[in-house]
Amino acid sequence: MAEHQAHATTGTYLRIAAILVMITLIEVGVFYVPAFQAVLVPLLLVLSAVKFTLVVMFYMHLKFDNRFFAFLFGGPLLLGLAVVVSLLFIFYGAVRLRTGT
Amino acid sequence: MTHGSHAPGAGAHRTSMGLDSRKMAFWAFIGSECLLFGSLISTYLIYKGRSLTGPYPHEILNIPFTSFSTFDLLMSSLAMVLALAAVQRGDMKQGKLWLLITALLGLVFLGGQFWEFSHFVHEGLGLTTNLFGSTFYVLTGTHGAHVTVGVIWLLTLWVQALRGKLGPANAMTVEITGLYWHFVDVVWIVIFTVVYLIQ
Repeated sequence: MAEHQAHATTGTYLRIAAILVMITLIEVGVFYVPAFQAVLVPLLLVLSAVKFTLVVMFYMHLKFDNRFFAFLFGGPLLLGLAVVVSLLFIFYGAVRLRTGT
Repeated sequence: MTHGSHAPGAGAHRTSMGLDSRKMAFWAFIGSECLLFGSLISTYLIYKGRSLTGPYPHEILNIPFTSFSTFDLLMSSLAMVLALAAVQRGDMKQGKLWLLITALLGLVFLGGQFWEFSHFVHEGLGLTTNLFGSTFYVLTGTHGAHVTVGVIWLLTLWVQALRGKLGPANAMTVEITGLYWHFVDVVWIVIFTVVYLIQ
């Protein structure tokens, strides 16, 4: 089983960096625009997820590496996300029950 | 035994799956780090908005300054991946340069965090001031500790490269350092959004 294919080129790394900077500028921009307040949280979470994915896939080479590495990283990452979501549900569920809201 | 004594693909450090055992172990370590930061981010979110006294996040967080820190860390990731590419193709002059740039950008980030923490303490936000202070300092402080380890690691590699002990034969060492550094970057991507932008 091959460990990995050829990694990305320098040009790809530079393009990814440019995209990451642009997304960061968009994130900061929407933070200051009142019109985006209604959709700010989902929008920022999506933009953050895109940045996260780009770094992991291209800079950490998960796109080109053996899939077992993706399993080693993705499994605990999903478990960590499940922990975050579960704790938030448990905590805010308990608060809502206590306050009756 | 040094890593430099093994040529890539020569069978050293290989598992039965044909994968490099150090890289496999490091991905597992990064997986465990996801759970560590997941628990810290959960704690921050659970106590978000529950401080009884100030300073509150919207009064104290400086978005333009932290945006610069985010840009700095993103550029350090670019420098890291360029360092790895240079070492893999045997261009050690470029490899040394990009390793040093990555470490310096990490130091700039740490300097920014030190300034931010000092400023917050001056504004009256300590570790035990309120729930925001406790969860904020523990989360961002743990991340800062990881950046510090990364900078020391990078500088160690740079010194090794200066001494001629780093080359294409041990590019895997640089790749594993890169995995750690990029992970520190992706954790900051999440912290920047969850702590600073979603107030």
